[in-house]
Amino acid sequence: MNFNLTEEQQMLQDSAARFVGQDYSFERRQRDVQNDVGFDPELWRQFADLGWLSVPFAEENGGFGGDATDLFVLMEQLGKGLVATPYLPSILLFGRCLEAGANPALKAELLERLIAGELQGALAYMERQSRHELFDVQTNAHRDGDEFVISGEKALVMNAQAANMFVVSVRTSGSATDKNGVSLLLVDAKAPGIELNSIQLMDGQKVANVTFRDVRVSTDRLIGLENQGAVVLEEVVNQAIPAICAEALGLMTHLTNTTIEYSKTRKQFGVAIGSFQVLQHRMVDMFTACEETRSLLYRVLCSAGEDDLLEHKKNLHALKVITGLRGKRVGNESIQLHGGMGITDELDVGHYVKRLMVLHSVFGDADYHQQQLARLSLPQ
Amino acid sequence: MDASLSSDDLKFREEVRAFFHNAEPEKAQQLINNPRTYKQGAVQWQKKLHEKGWVAPFWPTQYGGAGWTVTQSYIYETERVKANAPDVVPFGLKMVGPVIYTYGNDDQKARFLPGILNSDDWWCQGYSEPGAGSDLASLTTRAVSEGDDYIVNGSKIWTTYAQYADWIFCLVRTDASGKPQQGISFLLIDMNTPGITVSPIQSINGVHSLNEVHFENVHVPKANRIGEEGQGWTYAKSLLAHERTVIARVADSKKRLNTLRQIASRELQGGQPIIEDASFRHRFTNIEVELMALEYMELRVLAAMARNESPGAESSLLKIKGTEIQQALHELTIELAGIYGGVVLDVGEPGSSVGHDFGDSARKDFMYGRASTIFGGSNEIQKNIIAKRVLGL
Repeated sequence: MNFNLTEEQQMLQDSAARFVGQDYSFERRQRDVQNDVGFDPELWRQFADLGWLSVPFAEENGGFGGDATDLFVLMEQLGKGLVATPYLPSILLFGRCLEAGANPALKAELLERLIAGELQGALAYMERQSRHELFDVQTNAHRDGDEFVISGEKALVMNAQAANMFVVSVRTSGSATDKNGVSLLLVDAKAPGIELNSIQLMDGQKVANVTFRDVRVSTDRLIGLENQGAVVLEEVVNQAIPAICAEALGLMTHLTNTTIEYSKTRKQFGVAIGSFQVLQHRMVDMFTACEETRSLLYRVLCSAGEDDLLEHKKNLHALKVITGLRGKRVGNESIQLHGGMGITDELDVGHYVKRLMVLHSVFGDADYHQQQLARLSLPQ
Repeated sequence: MDASLSSDDLKFREEVRAFFHNAEPEKAQQLINNPRTYKQGAVQWQKKLHEKGWVAPFWPTQYGGAGWTVTQSYIYETERVKANAPDVVPFGLKMVGPVIYTYGNDDQKARFLPGILNSDDWWCQGYSEPGAGSDLASLTTRAVSEGDDYIVNGSKIWTTYAQYADWIFCLVRTDASGKPQQGISFLLIDMNTPGITVSPIQSINGVHSLNEVHFENVHVPKANRIGEEGQGWTYAKSLLAHERTVIARVADSKKRLNTLRQIASRELQGGQPIIEDASFRHRFTNIEVELMALEYMELRVLAAMARNESPGAESSLLKIKGTEIQQALHELTIELAGIYGGVVLDVGEPGSSVGHDFGDSARKDFMYGRASTIFGGSNEIQKNIIAKRVLGL
């Protein structure tokens, strides 16, 4: 039983904490999200220089060879600083899909560019009707010689504006919600027949609905096996879930700390409001919420390397449930305890809460994962 | 970060399983479940553990501890609950024992530790008083110096199993002039000393485990004082943190969750097993995820303790979450029992005699379980502690 960080993880944590503390600020963040792509391309180059874009990739693929704990360490700090970055869509989703399923030549070429910060990617996996089901895929692809022809619409694709390439989930066989019959295809963002409809999310992200009209792509652009794309998709999403929960934990920790600090300085009735027991207990509940989330994250980090897959799956569902529920509680409480200031755009609190709410719905909300957990835990 | 078991750990797990397989834990648990044979069962079981060297694994090896790692304690607890084996009675082994070996003198260690380890001495805890509950430091049981003795007068309350006890460890006031926390001393008192009377308190579940203990001109040798006069509060505080980690009872709650799962597959509602009911599934998994988090919260605290960091205010978190989960489990269990949750059986009468086998115990657990958020420092007091010591409010 070991909850210590390795020396390397400690260094990664320190460098990320230093970046957030010194090079980044809420003001910079608010400027960055005004950008057309929703982040500052200069910041992405900085990430590449710091080596952060290589963290989840294996050493033989030019990566840092990081595990779930390395990612946790980095993402928690990015959360604390509310850093606007396409790390999730470009690295954790697009990049990891390539690593898990692209043919060796493609993988070698693209991962090198991705890690160098020269390539942006996105994973187009959601659809209008799919809600939280990864395998509810109606966008169709049929074979025509040595090409696939894609038609359909993917919804709310993160990082679509900046992406040079998409990995797209398509149905190549089976009926609309079958797990089998989903394939992943790598598509150039400029390919004829692709149309983007840009959308703004409340956390400042630029996403897009992406329409595919008879878009042709060579069969060697298959990511994973034909009809077996679900395998890759599931592996990648299961790795991304602890990472976004780590970001959420960073957001929650910042909100809790900033609320406690505020309560020590804000005076009403002649005293600091933090001296009121009713508020103290609510802040203890916020602190407890962070500790529960952290504990479940540790649980997932520990089971990530183990053979017991059922246990790991249960841990992932439980983590998403707790992060969702406790994240909402911490968010709502931090606004409430900041009083009127809590509902202003000027204060960072609301922006942290909005990011938490977006993360809550990504890859399934608390209710969804609670139902999934129940299936494993209470077989009927 | 990892939780993998080394080959030594796996060997240890086999040893634990073999021990439980041969030690007849169910027999001991049966004796413990019956109030008439409770003490006999507990003592017998602890003597078996002592023979094996496992009765006080957390103690330093020089005092008879097993020197287990956190992983080994975790393995032991998990296997203990799987085997339906009883936990040890905490007052001697988990509470006063660590105070004696940490703050006691050599003579006290030699006198008291062997009797705790071999369970020949039964201990109880004299902290709360009729006038000092959450505000423990306001206690007024007085100890006045007279030659080599203290003369003790006052009352302690909520004293669990005082009716069986040979010894009581007490917080007493030796000086009333300063702040309430000052002037408290830590005394070990022989329950056979003239002037001590024990009166039973019947609790809400119909069982007698609690008592009030009265002291009237009780002579206690000064040699039975732990550490310095007036420093008792400091010693007691370190013990309270340990006590709170004990109260979390993660392994027992895991066991209870499994039991609930079995009951829910068996019991029907409108011809359907309750396990299929959406609101049951929601409530069950609500508790389950909290327990999964608590388990790792506890492991984090144990890991810190293994690094010789004292379980500070974090143990308050364990206490709050652990007892909230226990109560949620009790509530779900008694509700699963339906109208049978109201059944009161005689001692030893099997549940099958009224057509149902868990209603009576569900009621007892639910009713007495209300105490868990009150004892060991109420959960509201725990929040005060966290607010002050961790959040700096």
